[in-house]
Amino acid sequence: MGLLEVKNIGKRFGGLQALDDVTLSVRENTIHAIIGPNGAGKSTLLNVLVGKLIPDTGSVMFDGQSVLGRKPHEINQMGISRVFQTPEIFGELSVMENMLIPCFAKRDGAFRLHAIESIRSEKGLNAQAEQMLSDVNMIDKRHMNAASLSRGDKRRLEMAMCLVQQPKLLLLDEPTAGMARADTNNTIELLRELKSKHDITMVIIEHDMHVVFSLAERITVLAQGTPLVEDIPANIKGHPKVQEAYLGQSAEGATG
Amino acid sequence: MLGLNTKDTRLLLIVIALTLSTPILLQPFAEGTGLAQFNAGYPDLMQRFAIFGIFAIGFNILFGLTGYLSFGHAAFLGVGSYSAVWMFKLLSMNILPGLILAVIVSGLFALLIGFVSLRRSGIYFSILTLAFAQMSFNLAYSVLTPITNGETGLQVTLNDPRILDGVNASPYTNLFGLPMSSSVKLELLGRLFTFNLGYYFCAVIAILAFYLSLRIFRSPFGLMLRAVKCNQQRMSYTGLNARPYTLAAFVISGMYAGLAGGLLAAMDPLAGAERMQWTASGEVVLMTILGGAGTLMGPVLGAGFIKYFENIFSKINDTVLHSWFAFLPDGIEDALVFVVQPFVGKGWQLTLGLVFMLVVVFLPGGLMEGGQRISAWIRRKSRKDDGRADSEHRPGTSPHIAE
Ligand SMILES: Nc1ncnc2c1ncn2[C@@H]1O[C@H](COP(=O)(O)OP(=O)(O)OP(=O)(O)O)[C@@H](O)[C@H]1O
Ligand SMILES: [Mg+2]
Repeated sequence: MGLLEVKNIGKRFGGLQALDDVTLSVRENTIHAIIGPNGAGKSTLLNVLVGKLIPDTGSVMFDGQSVLGRKPHEINQMGISRVFQTPEIFGELSVMENMLIPCFAKRDGAFRLHAIESIRSEKGLNAQAEQMLSDVNMIDKRHMNAASLSRGDKRRLEMAMCLVQQPKLLLLDEPTAGMARADTNNTIELLRELKSKHDITMVIIEHDMHVVFSLAERITVLAQGTPLVEDIPANIKGHPKVQEAYLGQSAEGATG
Repeated sequence: MLGLNTKDTRLLLIVIALTLSTPILLQPFAEGTGLAQFNAGYPDLMQRFAIFGIFAIGFNILFGLTGYLSFGHAAFLGVGSYSAVWMFKLLSMNILPGLILAVIVSGLFALLIGFVSLRRSGIYFSILTLAFAQMSFNLAYSVLTPITNGETGLQVTLNDPRILDGVNASPYTNLFGLPMSSSVKLELLGRLFTFNLGYYFCAVIAILAFYLSLRIFRSPFGLMLRAVKCNQQRMSYTGLNARPYTLAAFVISGMYAGLAGGLLAAMDPLAGAERMQWTASGEVVLMTILGGAGTLMGPVLGAGFIKYFENIFSKINDTVLHSWFAFLPDGIEDALVFVVQPFVGKGWQLTLGLVFMLVVVFLPGGLMEGGQRISAWIRRKSRKDDGRADSEHRPGTSPHIAE
């Protein structure tokens, strides 16, 4: 059984069947890519996984426990972190403060009234946050306001914020969109390295095929809310159904 | 020192020094001169500076850090006053039990109101708090008159039980027998300085309140409150539950307000419902925004500014104006008085409104931003005078919470 078991998920928005009977199994310690044209329902699927949306049908099991009906912070505490398609960071706070928040959340849980202690005195967490910033090459930006970062840096920061929590499952929604080629390659390296260092499972949504084929061990192709095929990358490349549903539109996909 | 870094320690020391020397600083003009009416160093007003400073510091923990704008904080001020007066009546004219109860009761009250109001955010939250405060105000005049004594207001009387006080105990609010109204007067250089016990008591509490808020600003809890303001979505996907954080901030700021209300009663043992009216809630919002929401010193400055306006500026009447412009020819004098008069005296709120508008439009960071811009300008200027180029030109930085 996989770490994440998605069964028969359906989600309807008005007249649009965004997800239609999606079943997916993500094995522990793999990088699983989900690809598909714009509007295929990829982000919607992640929204269901993190508790942002409640599906009409189906079930989601993570690590033997049901995810559905839990609040987003509870799902995160179970070990699922998500990088959003448009970066979700704390814009008015400094880069370092952005990093510290997930560190505190990981250590102290959903709420703790630590109103008198000083942040500076938390040597361990500060070191941990700085280490993570070094790992993503952002240590020199730690005093910057997060809102003033470039799009690529915002993404890397968000990724670092998720990674520092050492989640069991990391969900990445187009992590390299908006990044320069060099940064994209750095990100690929970073994710590979993390994968080899820690027991981390990743679900990655990506339009950049270079990233997908560099990282993914399994690929699911989603089109119009339904999984078309799931296989190892080598078999996906030449798959006729995929050609038809996705690669035919790759020009459009690359812009999305 | 005290768990603060050098910069914060310096800030705290400055605040302590300023607060303790307020009776001197606010008497800059010699008695008998025309400017003496701008002196603000009399006990009553100085107590208000300290008390409303506490109110605003607490309000800022909620509004400045989390961005939740409460329009009902005066309710906690009123509850604090009523609780304190009840203690004065039942237990003792020693102010400590009254203050303690004021903080506890307002905290519980804030827990209740916050629990309901924080189910919504933005304008709906503000409206809910406003509704609760107006409800409390109305209840104080109607159903709750046995507790609040309605329109007359709650007062201490000679027949009150005061079970902890002996037969010969002081009938005035006191701290272990020292009456709050006791003062030492000192005449020096033509100026009259009044060192009042009540003021110093409020001042010490205000310093402690400021110190606590400084610690909260620098704590992980304070960081979480700022995270609430920034991005609640990211917060919850980071495993944090925003609700208890905002509720804790609401209760803490409610307790600050209750403490301020208790102190008001301790200085003058009378509690009326008008203290809970929405205008009183609006005032603390003005104080915080005027001074600079989210900054440490801003709310204190704003509170001082507004209380000074309310008490000093409002005293400039026609006669005073005429005496100012007396050196001008009669026609011009009358014309000038006619123009200025609506803005002073009873019209002080008009001027305050204008100042508030100007600040919000040109200095969104409040008076603190103004101060920072001036000091940055002076620094730039002096650097230019040194002949060095201004290499690190940082335009329009908003006030950092460190200030
Ligand atoms: N909250 C919502 N309400 C209504 N419709 C929605 C909502 N979220 C998504 N949709 C619709 O559902 C469909 C799937 O959207 P989704 O964002 O999951 O696509 P995607 O595969 O992530 O596409 P992209 O590659 O462009 O990010 C789209 O047609 C979208 O407009
Ligand atoms: Mg998407």
